[in-house]
Amino acid sequence: MEFSIIEWLSDPGLTHFLIVSAILFSLGLMAVLSKRNVIMVLMGVELILNSANINLIAFSRFTELSLDGQMIGLFVIIIAAAEAAVALAIVLNIYNRFKTINLDEISLLKG
Amino acid sequence: MVFSRNIVHSAFALMFTLIGVAALYVLLYADFLAATQLLVYVGGILILILFGVMLTTQGHSFSFKINSVNLIPASVLSLATAVLLIFAFTSTEWTIAEVSERDDTVYELGMMLMGDYILPFIIAGVLLLIAIIGAIVMATRLTATSTEG
Repeated sequence: MEFSIIEWLSDPGLTHFLIVSAILFSLGLMAVLSKRNVIMVLMGVELILNSANINLIAFSRFTELSLDGQMIGLFVIIIAAAEAAVALAIVLNIYNRFKTINLDEISLLKG
Repeated sequence: MVFSRNIVHSAFALMFTLIGVAALYVLLYADFLAATQLLVYVGGILILILFGVMLTTQGHSFSFKINSVNLIPASVLSLATAVLLIFAFTSTEWTIAEVSERDDTVYELGMMLMGDYILPFIIAGVLLLIAIIGAIVMATRLTATSTEG
């Protein structure tokens, strides 16, 4: 049994990359759900975007899609950069107004 | 990264995670994307996040502690997601194409960017411009109000 697992690990294919991306996705989901610091939530979103990117590029490597997957991955990176810049500016504004970045205390819109 | 209680430790763990993802891109013959990942994520986004951490630490306590809430539902949900995704990935019969050795992808990516993908390319450029302008406007208004008040 152990030998077969080692053999399976020694021959990386599409599934291995998909499993890595699934683990990254669940960790990012965990960070988004369980942290109450806005910056930690942003880091979780970055993890989720990275896991999606690994998926795209692994499929572009192991299937007939050739470079289209890499192109979409490039656009994902661009959009992640724009999102991070705008989100950090919003976080700074929130901190300036509320003097906290705890998500549970920013409840002005709560009815 | 997720389980650390110190947010600076989390940021540095995120840096190593991103470098590892770049290494995975190299293993997948995506050299240009690996370089882009290193430049944009490790060189840009991570620095932005560290600046955000430094600018939003409360008081003079210098404690970067963060607390977790909803630990049990969040871990149950993420574990369920991980198990479901891994089960789906391993139980599917993927049709694997014949893996071919690929030389550098920069030339082909550039030709595609100037060919089929010219419209998304221009839209991405405009999006980046709008994002930069928006971030600058928000940040300058922030400093203006803080100096007045």
